Amino acid sequence: MRVHNGPAAEVISVVLLLAVLAFAVVRPKGLPEAVAAVPAAGIVLLAGLASPAAVWARVLQLLPTVAFLAAILVLAHLVDSEGVFDWLGSRLAVAARGNSHRLLVLTFAAAAGTTAVLSLDATVVLLTPVVFATASTLRVRAKPHVYACTHLANSASTLLPVSNLTNLLAFGATGLSFLAFSGLMVLPWLVSIAVELGVFWWFFAADLGGVGVAEPAGPARKTPVFALVVLAAVLVGFGVTSLVGLAPVWVAAAGALVLAVRGIRAKRVKVRAVVVEAAPLFLLFVLGLAVVVQAVAAGGLGRVLAAIVPGSPGLVGLLAAAGIAALLANVVNNLPAVLVLLPALGAHPAPGIVLAVLLGVNLGPNLSYVGSLATLLWRRILAGKGMVPTLREFVRLGALTVPVSLVAGVVALWVGLLVAGSTR
Amino acid sequence: MTRVVVWITEGTWQGCVDAAGRLAPEGATFTLLHVSDGAPAEVLHGAFGGLLGRGGGHDPGVAVEGLSGPAADELVRAAEERLGRPAAQVLRSGDVEREVVAACADAELLVCARDGAHDRLGPRSLGRWTRFVVDHAPCAVLLVWPDEIPGVESIPPKP
Repeated sequence: MRVHNGPAAEVISVVLLLAVLAFAVVRPKGLPEAVAAVPAAGIVLLAGLASPAAVWARVLQLLPTVAFLAAILVLAHLVDSEGVFDWLGSRLAVAARGNSHRLLVLTFAAAAGTTAVLSLDATVVLLTPVVFATASTLRVRAKPHVYACTHLANSASTLLPVSNLTNLLAFGATGLSFLAFSGLMVLPWLVSIAVELGVFWWFFAADLGGVGVAEPAGPARKTPVFALVVLAAVLVGFGVTSLVGLAPVWVAAAGALVLAVRGIRAKRVKVRAVVVEAAPLFLLFVLGLAVVVQAVAAGGLGRVLAAIVPGSPGLVGLLAAAGIAALLANVVNNLPAVLVLLPALGAHPAPGIVLAVLLGVNLGPNLSYVGSLATLLWRRILAGKGMVPTLREFVRLGALTVPVSLVAGVVALWVGLLVAGSTR
Repeated sequence: MTRVVVWITEGTWQGCVDAAGRLAPEGATFTLLHVSDGAPAEVLHGAFGGLLGRGGGHDPGVAVEGLSGPAADELVRAAEERLGRPAAQVLRSGDVEREVVAACADAELLVCARDGAHDRLGPRSLGRWTRFVVDHAPCAVLLVWPDEIPGVESIPPKP
């Protein structure tokens, strides 16, 4: 099949991408994002905007990544069904001893750990309601703790290749091992979390100042030993299997399988729920979006981005790469942002630049609470009025944390690269 | 009969209830008011939307909305128990500071707490909402310290 790459083909590719992204923002009639992305990928193929061989190669390349995502989503759901998050909430309630500042630190630790191991989705969907309930039990204001979860779902998702879909998509491009990636990201991860904690401490001084219930009454939660052991094994497994070149999807799938069999046998988990939790339509959306982005990246937009994104991992280059990535992630969403940026980095980018891009796309979305400014704008239009003052407060919090945590995180990355001698 | 509204907020409610019981005039009628802030649930709806269809349909915003009603109800009941006398219970939600002012339309006294820094005498002993409420309240305001009152020597020196 002939591949078209003239100006008309480029315009069609860009229009397709914009249509897919606009559909994902507007979600007409609540239809899933894949409804636009999959046909758009079909048009890319039929119109010859990319060669079938290249599209097939891209899909094959992405399969382990989307399979991993499915496995980790299922694993997080099963871990929840074992009572891990309820148990965690009860532990937080006891350890906080009625002190809201202490609860904030504990929430930061819980959200950072959950995000790093089970990815950001688990923190948003599973941990946040538990943290709200914990704050209510202690009769302290829930807002700082709930907002901490939503912020850390982004800013704590930089640690491991498995902590965020963006990391998984970019992991291959870094050329780093699982442990080397995590080793370089640990310092930026700690620094950006510390910055967030400092800003939260100051920003929510009034909400954190009260006195809570020191000894909360509540059902005693049994420690979910089995699920915790499986989680620990999965975490260790990520590191160990990467040494022998095995993809992390196998480890996550094994962990999910063990808990699924246990849950189904105990009639706690239904097979249908496991399938739903794997988000098959979202996985199709990712594949469709990647195909459309591939067509766009091969054209002029890709060349423009390639010219803009710096290639040298000096401090200025890293800051610029992270800044561009954060900006793009806010204009659209960090998923399409990373898909568009990766090809612009070239065939063999410096690992530091890829990591800086990841800091940008992962920390950047905290500027809004909906993933992108496009979505924020759309929600405002839907609501038919201006942002309510309390939501303005959240955006102000993002405006305070994101620039500082991003710059501090990138500087930490630069230091880590210097120490590791990975700058090239 | 003096109509007293006691603004019940997480973290500072005990101080308000105790002061209301101790300082309100004989024969006063009490309304225990709690206003739920809708912002966390809205933020969570948005964050869930940002996951682009992941999350198995479990919108944490919906979960938090479901939890906040019973939590507010329980808090106000605990406040009535602490007050030790019958009181009307009013649960509102929305823009917290404006809802509190609106709920005081027929009140003669509002009891609320300082919710800012409370380890010294000012400045910034009032959080944003409380500052608005004190500024706009259509009645007298009894402003209490939520726990131990700092000594008078803790006042910052003259600039």
